[in-house]
Amino acid sequence: MRLSERARDLPESGIRKFFELAEARDDVISLGVGEPDFSAPWAARTAAIDSLERGRTSYTANRGMLELREAIADHHRRYDQVYDPESEIVVTTGASEAVDLAFRALVDPGDTVAIHEPAYISYGPGVDLAGGERLPVRTRAEDDFVLTPEVLSEAGAEDADLLVLCYPNNPTGATMDADELADVAAFCREHDIRVIADEIYAALTYGSDHDSIATQPGMRERTVVINGFSKAYAMTGLRLGYAMGPAEAIDAMNRIHQYTMLSAPTTAQYAAIEALRSCDDEVTEMVKEYDRRRNYVHSRFREMGLDCFEPKGAFYAFPQPGGDDEQFAEDLLEEQGVAVVPGSVFGEGGAGHLRVSYATSMRELKAATDRIEAFLADRD
Amino acid sequence: MNDEREVLDVLTTNARESAADIAAQTGLDEEAVEAAIASLEREGIVHGYQAVVDWDRTDEEKVRAVVEVNVELDRETGYEEIADRIAKFPATHALHLVSGDYDFAVEVEGASMQDVSRFISEQVAPMPEVTQTVTHYIMETYKDGGIRFEDGDDDDRLSVSP
Repeated sequence: MRLSERARDLPESGIRKFFELAEARDDVISLGVGEPDFSAPWAARTAAIDSLERGRTSYTANRGMLELREAIADHHRRYDQVYDPESEIVVTTGASEAVDLAFRALVDPGDTVAIHEPAYISYGPGVDLAGGERLPVRTRAEDDFVLTPEVLSEAGAEDADLLVLCYPNNPTGATMDADELADVAAFCREHDIRVIADEIYAALTYGSDHDSIATQPGMRERTVVINGFSKAYAMTGLRLGYAMGPAEAIDAMNRIHQYTMLSAPTTAQYAAIEALRSCDDEVTEMVKEYDRRRNYVHSRFREMGLDCFEPKGAFYAFPQPGGDDEQFAEDLLEEQGVAVVPGSVFGEGGAGHLRVSYATSMRELKAATDRIEAFLADRD
Repeated sequence: MNDEREVLDVLTTNARESAADIAAQTGLDEEAVEAAIASLEREGIVHGYQAVVDWDRTDEEKVRAVVEVNVELDRETGYEEIADRIAKFPATHALHLVSGDYDFAVEVEGASMQDVSRFISEQVAPMPEVTQTVTHYIMETYKDGGIRFEDGDDDDRLSVSP
């Protein structure tokens, strides 16, 4: 069948190759997984089951159940993010849908969208599909992968129409504090740049709470904040996210959403209401566990002389073994049966690095880091 | 106490963690971990380290029961004294003073049902303060010490994902 040019131009994700290599072996310990190893809190799961038992299997309002939007609005007030549940929130099928809606609602053909790299793999293709032009902005290892006005300028982002900001960051584990965000916010105000802030990992920070760029002066009206339940509540498979922003942006996103998705999965919405209502303790426990693993992995890497900055959020470490990261990852998989994702998959800025996910049990992390240590020793 | 709390968090998850591994997980140095453990033990916060065993999977016969014990106190004898006597028997695996319809919940362990019932009828029931006992034999254990008894973990996630 003849395919659209757009589809033909869309490249295969670089992660696919490693998925296939890892799947071909059966003794693999995978540190390549981009989702929690926990299951969703039981209370949230029972709420989903209960909703099914009561026959709640119809569509919801396009924007999502009002009860859920109100719970989301309440939840975000604690981070000084204040949004009207009636007009400024739309519930989506995963945060991924929200990202896609934001591009389609905010990008005109030919618009320039600045994307800091390394970054999650969907933004670039999302911009392509919306007809925009990507502008990669390389964050630097020596800045701990924080986005700065300097690297924005170097990349020529003054002329950008839109900036995608993803902190806590996949794949680096970097976070940005209020001062660092203030600098980027000033740049965006000065050059009239709107922002899509993907804050899906906001609940997973270690040491200090997440800050949103939307809470910076003059930024709320130019920012769409995206979040969801996948990472914080270990609900990836339930596919539930949301966007918060100025009413006109949310309204535009909702108009696209109502034609393309109609409404987010109903069962998942019931689970999400319960998650927000009663699962804070479980989230706290999960964060504590991730934090122990983060410390462990970072300290092991340091011991084996593997260059790695201290990740502050999400559940990834981003060490730099030097040399070709793809070759390193392939050899590591081949020789020691440990799967990691080469950093260059996440853009040029990731070259030379590896994304190591610590969303796996301590037992597996120990075995995997032992194997990495043996691999490094063999290479010397 | 902060160091100790962090060490305790790790130990209650896995008491077999080495001091070096606890240090790596908490960001403390190894000496600080050793000191925290010593202090936890000295202060009677940590009383011991034991395996969580699913005895049903061994060849060994092990019978456990939860026994409700009602007592009547008098001027000379309080809960503390009675608890002290019940706790002294090696068959007493755990002992709690509880609110509600009875006073003590005693977890008893023996080699057979006969063993357990003999212990209750010959050692516990005859105590002058004990007015009533009700024995519940444990038929099946699904979770103990916070650990679910089931076959391995079933990680059904994709091995590599973005």
